[in-house]
Amino acid sequence: MTGREKREAWEALGFLSPWIIGFVVFTAGPILASLVMSFYRWDPTDFDHPVSFMGLKNYAELARDETLHKSLVNTILYAAMYIPASICVALAMAMLMNQKLPGMRLFRTIFYLPTLTQGVATFVLWQVAYDDERGPINRFLRFFIAHPPDWLNDPAFAKLAIVIMNLWSVGGMMLIFLAGLQNIPRQLYEAAEIDGASERGKFFNITLPMLSPTLFLNMIMATIGAFQVFAAAFILTSGGPARSTLFYAYYLYNRAFVYFNMGYASAMAWLLFLIILILTGAQIRYSRRWVHYG
Amino acid sequence: MGDAFAPSPSKIARFALLCALATLFVLPFLWMVGTSLTPPGEVIKADRPFFPRTFAWSNYSEALTTMPFHLFLKNTLTVAVLCAIGQTLTAASVAFAFARLKFPGREPLFVLVLSTMMLPPQVTMIPQFILFSIPGWVDSLKPLIIPAFFGGGAFYIFILRQFFLTIPKELEEAARLDGCNTFQVFLHVALPSARPALATVALFSFIFHWNDFLGPQIYTQSMEKKTLAVGLSAFKDMHGTEHHLLMAASVAVLLPVIVIFFFTQRYFTEGVVMSGVKG
Repeated sequence: MTGREKREAWEALGFLSPWIIGFVVFTAGPILASLVMSFYRWDPTDFDHPVSFMGLKNYAELARDETLHKSLVNTILYAAMYIPASICVALAMAMLMNQKLPGMRLFRTIFYLPTLTQGVATFVLWQVAYDDERGPINRFLRFFIAHPPDWLNDPAFAKLAIVIMNLWSVGGMMLIFLAGLQNIPRQLYEAAEIDGASERGKFFNITLPMLSPTLFLNMIMATIGAFQVFAAAFILTSGGPARSTLFYAYYLYNRAFVYFNMGYASAMAWLLFLIILILTGAQIRYSRRWVHYG
Repeated sequence: MGDAFAPSPSKIARFALLCALATLFVLPFLWMVGTSLTPPGEVIKADRPFFPRTFAWSNYSEALTTMPFHLFLKNTLTVAVLCAIGQTLTAASVAFAFARLKFPGREPLFVLVLSTMMLPPQVTMIPQFILFSIPGWVDSLKPLIIPAFFGGGAFYIFILRQFFLTIPKELEEAARLDGCNTFQVFLHVALPSARPALATVALFSFIFHWNDFLGPQIYTQSMEKKTLAVGLSAFKDMHGTEHHLLMAASVAVLLPVIVIFFFTQRYFTEGVVMSGVKG
């Protein structure tokens, strides 16, 4: 390296230093600490023996813990509903938005607002809205069916209720799809129209392939999000009824910060990390077959 | 452009569909406001109208005084404003190095930065909790604020790097000829020209921390330390059946976000789009 290059590298180190310190102290260090803790019994509220070495016993317990299996199945069922539903709704809305019509700015605002405001306040709103007797949803449904589901008190419907609520917040995903749609060259459609292509043909032969990188990005983000769902269930259902919305991240939170089994919860966190790595890894691998980068 | 004057049937159908969808999206908010203004005697009736005939504004004062919402607001503003400042400044500094400086290992390090986006917070939150409990900072706002000043998060670094990449080299060289050192280039060239991107990041960060639940839920225990999100959750646990109070408190928590959004929405929509068009 020349003197100038050396100087620039040192300067870069200065600009990067907040991230480097933050990465070591708040990310890399905790990742290692979490791995170490996963081999220990680490119960800070047990004053006599807060910490003792367990070897692989926490991991053996993961295999036996019936509640953990339940929470994992809950999460997978939720993800299996939420990921395809959110992708379809967001894509359909983006295609509807991808045209010159009056009031587009207002539509954008309205569709994005539930994404931006998503949090405890909107969860409380939906909890009240799902109320069987007084909530507007079932009051509306009673016009058509005599006994609509008691959404948040029926184990068969509680997950679906959370999926529907979160579909209200697909605006962010929709905007990303919309940007992807607007990047597709118009000439492709014009050429297809000259060849007499149908709407269906244009969608499957132009829109989907051209949109595949965006679709891929949204799928990865939806997957990661679905496996971390926590606050929605905490507020709407407290994990019930009959543990039907006790999702993995929720159970992990309970073990770590309600029962203070921090060693066991660390093992759970590593299992979650592993699951997300495998899922995203598989999606990246499989993506080579269907994602086309222009 | 003539078709704007003679809309085709399919255009009218699409427009009608959009209007219907937009109504569906707004309805929950409208119903929330209606319930928040419904008199307590009426809210228990299953056949009450969508919007009350008389507005019970007192629901708001009742909801917001049964718990120290003014403290929740103060705590939330403290966390959200400081985090927005910390994340924007440090993300800008890091993004500047990745966009404008050459150093060995730049590309792999940037991949490392981006890969932290995939890391579930569950892996780091337990050791972080133990770390912050050593100086006795549990049940304070410090653990919620301090990390924001160290790197600013991969997503924000990515957005700002994309922006810094577009600054023309000539602008930087002109500044250097005028005797600016690298830090002065950052301060006087990069930051001013990235103002819209900085606003986007600051707004995203502010709203994220306004809404954040997991962090405050873990770190704040006493009532005086709670933020609006966890305070509202506690309020819900105590007044779960009083829908008019629940909705009044929720509207009060949402309103600032909605007002901020209406005045700054182009920064948000541009930010989302920037995050979507990777690479």
